[in-house]
Amino acid sequence: MIELRGVTKAFGTNAVLRGIDLRVDTHEVVALIGPSGSGKSTILKCINGLERVDGGQVVVDGIDLSQPGADLDRARRRVGIVFQSFNLFPHLCVLDNVTLAPRRVLGRGRAEAEKAASELLDRFGLSDKADDYPDRLSGGQQQRVAIVRALAMAPAVMLFDEVTSALDPELVGDVLEVIRELAVAGMTMLLATHEMGFAREIANRVCFLDGGLVVEEGPPEQMFTAPAQPRTQAFLQRVLAARRL
Amino acid sequence: MIAEVAVLALGLLVAVVRNLPGPALFPFRALATIYTDVFRGVPTLLLIFLFGFGIPALGLNRPWNKAIIWATVAIILNYGAYVAEVFRSGIRSVHPSQMAAARSLGLSQWQSFRFVIIPQAVRRVIPPLLNDFVALQKDTALVAAVGPIEALREAQTATAKHFNFTPYVVAAVLFLALTIPLARLTDWLTARQEAARQ
Repeated sequence: MIELRGVTKAFGTNAVLRGIDLRVDTHEVVALIGPSGSGKSTILKCINGLERVDGGQVVVDGIDLSQPGADLDRARRRVGIVFQSFNLFPHLCVLDNVTLAPRRVLGRGRAEAEKAASELLDRFGLSDKADDYPDRLSGGQQQRVAIVRALAMAPAVMLFDEVTSALDPELVGDVLEVIRELAVAGMTMLLATHEMGFAREIANRVCFLDGGLVVEEGPPEQMFTAPAQPRTQAFLQRVLAARRL
Repeated sequence: MIAEVAVLALGLLVAVVRNLPGPALFPFRALATIYTDVFRGVPTLLLIFLFGFGIPALGLNRPWNKAIIWATVAIILNYGAYVAEVFRSGIRSVHPSQMAAARSLGLSQWQSFRFVIIPQAVRRVIPPLLNDFVALQKDTALVAAVGPIEALREAQTATAKHFNFTPYVVAAVLFLALTIPLARLTDWLTARQEAARQ
């Protein structure tokens, strides 16, 4: 579904990705963990073409995004992304946020798009918010709407960019519940996350990134209980120590 | 009034062009920048003289030899440049993450502008925009300089004839009759916008 081969990316003189190899197969859930600045977010942005890569290949659903002239808009329709800061459209109500892309990109009629959107909102317990504007919602509700908005395009894969980092602790659970439900339904997903417990529970595979490289990857049990690389061990120890405080 | 619609359309077009990305579109961006620099930099009255007297002197056919038409065009181009800058600041004030969110849903560059960026930008710039229109209403007085009848010129004539300044007061009241409703419209639009978000 997603394949990155030797991907490099620099912002000015700052090399953020230094040869990333990564695969996500259909129905697989992969978690990216690692310190801030390790390149997790940049990887996700490269996968839906928000950032162009400097070198290597990014193949999404058979489309090579690294080719000049690749149809990025077409590739993006297959990839849903949810951001840390929600990024809902503040001038549109919840329903319009969700139906904008299906109507304008897929050419759906208003009635059809609204019916599909209502079903999705209903499924995630947001049906009573359909007519509200984003600034009337809590952070957790906004993030769930952002997930629904991405799902409305019926993407083949979903990317989550630290979607709970901007939320109050008591709101994190609702959002994780939505992601859990998607995993159960067989959605292909790639998550950049700081929620180690959640990554361990939900991911089929965990990749530890540091300094723009995949340092280590493996099944969650092995990654969290017996990581092989000293850098992975050090990172997990720091995270666990921080949690105890 | 026609001028206002034309000013809005022109201003928005120029502002959008100036915000287009990519090296291929550089000539368009440059053109839009030159346009704003020139037409904002030259005094309105000078532009009206240039267009109002200069262009009809080229010997065009009717009705294109009328000074008032070209004086109006001069005002449109002048205010279009101001309004373009207002729109541009509005567009720039919309956070880039909005564009990222729109593009990531598969919307094209143009669709993202049309449905996500511009609606937010326009809402933000309504007060400064209406401010410019109040100024535009008053600057129509400058068109008088090239001949056509307009309230201030009429007042001048009457004052000169009778040495009585009441006509100036009447002219001022006429202008206020146009600009005050515009100011109230601004307030109303702002209030409605806020109410809609509750």
